[in-house]
Amino acid sequence: MIGRLPIAKMLAATIALTAAISAVMLPIRWNGQGASTAAPKIDDLLSVMIVLSAFVFALVMVMLFYALWKFRAKPGDESDGEPIHGNTRLEVAWTVIPTIIVLFGAGYSWAVLDDIEDPAPNPITVDVFSQQFAWSFGYPGKGNAYSEGELHVPLGRQVHFKMHALDVIHSFWVPEWRIKKDNVPGITTTAIVTPDRPGTYQLVCTELCGFGHSTMRAMVVVEPPAKFREWVAGLKEKIPPPYLETIRLDTETNPVPVGAGGA
Amino acid sequence: MAAAIRQPGWVRGALGTLLGAAFGFALVLVLREASGLPAFQTEQTGYPHVVVPLITGPLGFLAGFGCFDYWLRWAVGAPTIPEDHSQHGARSWRDYFHFNTDHKVIGIQYVVTTFFFFFVGGLMAMMIRAELAQPGTQIIDAATYNSLFSTHAVLMIFVFVIPVFAGLANYVLPLMIGAPDMAFPRLNALSFWMLPIAGLLFVGSFLAPGGAFDAGWTGYAPLSTGAPLGQSFFNLGVQFAGASSIATALNFLVTIITMRAPGMTFWRMPLLVWANLSTSLLVVAATPFIAGVQFMVLFDRTLGTQFFQFAGGGDVVSYQHIFWFYSHPAVYIMMLPGFGIISEVISTHARKPIFGYRLMALALIGIVVLSYSVWAHHMFVAGMFSWLRVPMMITTLLIAVPTGIKIFSWLGTLYFGKIHTYSTAMLFALAFIVTFTIGGISGVMLGMVPIDIHVSDTYFIVAHIHFVLFGGSVFTIFAGVYHWFPKMTGRMYDEKLGRVHFWGTLVGTWLTFIPMHWVGMDGMPRRVADYATQFGEWNILISVGAFLLGACQLVFLYNMVVSWRFGPRAEPNPWRAKTIEWQVSSPPPVFNFDEIPRVVGGPYEFGVPGARHAIMGGESAEAPAEKRPAVASP
Repeated sequence: MIGRLPIAKMLAATIALTAAISAVMLPIRWNGQGASTAAPKIDDLLSVMIVLSAFVFALVMVMLFYALWKFRAKPGDESDGEPIHGNTRLEVAWTVIPTIIVLFGAGYSWAVLDDIEDPAPNPITVDVFSQQFAWSFGYPGKGNAYSEGELHVPLGRQVHFKMHALDVIHSFWVPEWRIKKDNVPGITTTAIVTPDRPGTYQLVCTELCGFGHSTMRAMVVVEPPAKFREWVAGLKEKIPPPYLETIRLDTETNPVPVGAGGA
Repeated sequence: MAAAIRQPGWVRGALGTLLGAAFGFALVLVLREASGLPAFQTEQTGYPHVVVPLITGPLGFLAGFGCFDYWLRWAVGAPTIPEDHSQHGARSWRDYFHFNTDHKVIGIQYVVTTFFFFFVGGLMAMMIRAELAQPGTQIIDAATYNSLFSTHAVLMIFVFVIPVFAGLANYVLPLMIGAPDMAFPRLNALSFWMLPIAGLLFVGSFLAPGGAFDAGWTGYAPLSTGAPLGQSFFNLGVQFAGASSIATALNFLVTIITMRAPGMTFWRMPLLVWANLSTSLLVVAATPFIAGVQFMVLFDRTLGTQFFQFAGGGDVVSYQHIFWFYSHPAVYIMMLPGFGIISEVISTHARKPIFGYRLMALALIGIVVLSYSVWAHHMFVAGMFSWLRVPMMITTLLIAVPTGIKIFSWLGTLYFGKIHTYSTAMLFALAFIVTFTIGGISGVMLGMVPIDIHVSDTYFIVAHIHFVLFGGSVFTIFAGVYHWFPKMTGRMYDEKLGRVHFWGTLVGTWLTFIPMHWVGMDGMPRRVADYATQFGEWNILISVGAFLLGACQLVFLYNMVVSWRFGPRAEPNPWRAKTIEWQVSSPPPVFNFDEIPRVVGGPYEFGVPGARHAIMGGESAEAPAEKRPAVASP
C-alpha cells in the first residue's frame, strides 16, 4: 500500500514546507525583548519547538492535501474506496515517533527548567506584596526599605522574589524576564530572576483579581548595582508592620528551589 | 384548572417552583430565627434566603413538571400507572416542551436548548470583542466585562459543548447499537430538564445584586468566596449541569454495555459509541469533583466555613487542585465525542474503513487514563509544590501521542478512498483536522513548563483553548449536526448555505484566534478589560474576525430553521453510510425498530465485497452476510 504512494516526494514536500514555515517564524521575536538570563533559554526552547511543530504541521498538511488531490471521487462515482483496514507498521510508527519527539521535548524542558531556577551565590531577596489592585516591594537587609508601585533591582545579580498576596490571588509577570509566579494568600511563593539588561519594564498582574485587574501594573527599573543601592538608601518608607506580620505567618511552600532539591 | 394542576406539565411545574421556593425561603427564616440570627443576611456573599430557594425552587419545578411522578408512586407504594407511552415520542411540536422519555425527542430537546445557549454565549463574545476592539474603555465597564467573559465561558462549556454532545449521542447512539431506547428513559428525561435550569441560573445571575459572577469560569478562591451574590448562582448552576451530566453518562454506560444488538461485540461498535463510552467514564468519575468544590465555595460563602480561607486554616491552592482534577478531564469530555463524530463522517464520505480501528478505540481509552494524571499543568505557576511540575509535564506531553494517533488514522482513512466533499459535514471534519492540529501543537508547547511560565494566563492561552474548543469541539459539533440533520429532522439542509457557513467559520476562526497567540506571547494578559496600546492593531483585527465568525453563525441558524420546516424530504440513508441508524427511516419510527437488528460485521466495511454491518428485522437472514472475504493485505 505504502509502495503505491510517492513517499519520497511527500517527504520532500514536508521538509520544504517545514523549512519555509521555520524560515518565516524563526526570525520573529515572538516573546518580545528579553531582559533576563532565563529569556534566551526559554526563547531557544521555543525556537526548537517551532521547528518540530512546523514539521508535524507540514506532515499533516502534505498528507491531507495529497489525499484530497489524489483520492477525490470523480463526479458521479458512487463506488467505494479500497478495503484497507490498517497497517501495523504505520500504526506503530505514528505511535513511537511522536512518543520520542515529546519525550525529547520533556527532557529538554526539564533541563531548561532546572537551569533557569538554579540558585546563584549571593542572591538578593526582594519581598513582593500584592493587593487589589497595587504592587509594593520590600527590600529586607536594607533596613526594611519599602516602595509602592515601583520596583528596582540591580543588574546582573540573581533576585529571589518572595511573594505575598494580601487579599486574593495575583500573579507576578514581567514579560521581558519570561518569569511568572502567582502570589497566593497564606503562602510564600518564590520566583528567581537574573536581570541582564538595564531599562524600564512593566510588571503585569496576570491572575484575575477583580474589576481593577487590567490596571494592576507597576514599573520595574533594572539599573547598575551602585544606582540601585543609592535608590534603596533614598527610600523613606519602611515595610508596614502588618506586611511584616504576613511574611512571618505565610508558610513557605518550596523552601528549596526545585533545581536544587525536589525533582 | 384543577385538572391542569393534577397533570404533570407547565402549570404544575410553575406551582412546584413557587412552592419549592417558598419552602426554601421559610426554612431559612425559621432556622435563622431558631438560631437567634437576624432574619435576612444581605452582606455581599450571604443571601441565604435567595440561595436556598434557588435550590428548592428548581427541585419543585422538576417535581411539578412530572420528572419524579413514576418513581415517587413506586417509592411510596402507590400503584404505578401502567406505561401507556403517552410520554414517549413526539406527535406534534408541543411534545418537545413536555417531559418525554423518547431518546430521540430528548436528543432534539438537548440540541435545540444547547444551541440557544450557544447563541446567548456568542452574543456575549461579540460584546467582549466590541469592547476589546480598541484600547481604553468604550462600551462596557471593567466589572461588567468580568461578568461577561465569565458567563460566556460558563455557558459555552456547561450548557453548550458538554451537553450538545450528550444530545447528539442521545439521538444517535441507541439507534447505532440497535437499542429501542436508552437504558433509563425517565432518568434521561430528568437529565435533560436539569439543563435549562443550569442555563437559566447562569444567565439569571445578571439580575443578582452586584451583577453576574465575575471570577472567571474557573472561579478561583478566594476571589470567588468573596464575590457578590451572582457567584452563588454559578455554584448552583454547576450542580444542576453536573448532575445532568453524571446521570446521562451513567445512562450511556449502562446502555452501551448492556443494550447492544445481538452480534455487536465491543470490536464491532462504531467509533462514536467508543467515544461516548470513554467520555462517560470520564464524566462519572470526574464531575463529582467540581460539584464538590463548588459546594465548598458555596459553604464558605454562606455558612462561614473556611475551606479556602487561609486565615481560618484553609488552603487556597487546594481549590485549584480539586477544580482541575475535574476540569482537565473536562476538556476531553468536550473533545472525545467529537472524535467519534469525525470518525463517522470521514469514513462515510471517504468511502473507506477507518484506518486502524482498534488502535483508534484504544487511543480513546489511553486518553481517558492519561487525562486523570495531567491536571496540575494548569498550575505550573500557581505556587503549588514544585516537584509536581515535571511529572505532570511528562504525562501532558504523552497525551499528545494518542491524540496524534487519531489525527494520523483519519488521514490514513482518506488514502485510497473515494473522497466526497459535497457534504458540509465532511468539510467541517476535514477543517477540524487542520485546526485541531494547531490547537494540539500549542497544547504541547503549553505543556512545557518553561514556555508555560511565560505564556500562562496570557492571550496565548485564550488562543489555545479556542483553537481546541472552537476549531476543535465546535467544528465537530457542526459536522455532527449537519451529518445527522437528515436523520433527526427527516429533511435535507441547504448545502450552499452550509458552504457559506463553513468557509466563513473557517476564515473567522483563523482570523480571530491566530493573532491571539501573538499578542499573548508578546505580553498581553488574559481576562483584561483594557490593554496596552501596542496591542491595539492586532485586537481590531481579532474583533473583525470575531464579528465575521458571529455573523456566519446566523447563516447556520437560518439554514437549520428553514430546512427543518421546508427542506426537501430526506431519504433513510442520504450519505450511504453503513451504521444502523441509517438503515431505518428518517426520522426513525417512535420505537426505532420493529425487530432488533442483528449485527454481523464491522461498522465501516466500505469496499469489502458482500460485507454487512447489520441485518435489519424483516430481512432474510440468508443474506450473504457472514461470507466476508479475508481483507486483502496491503
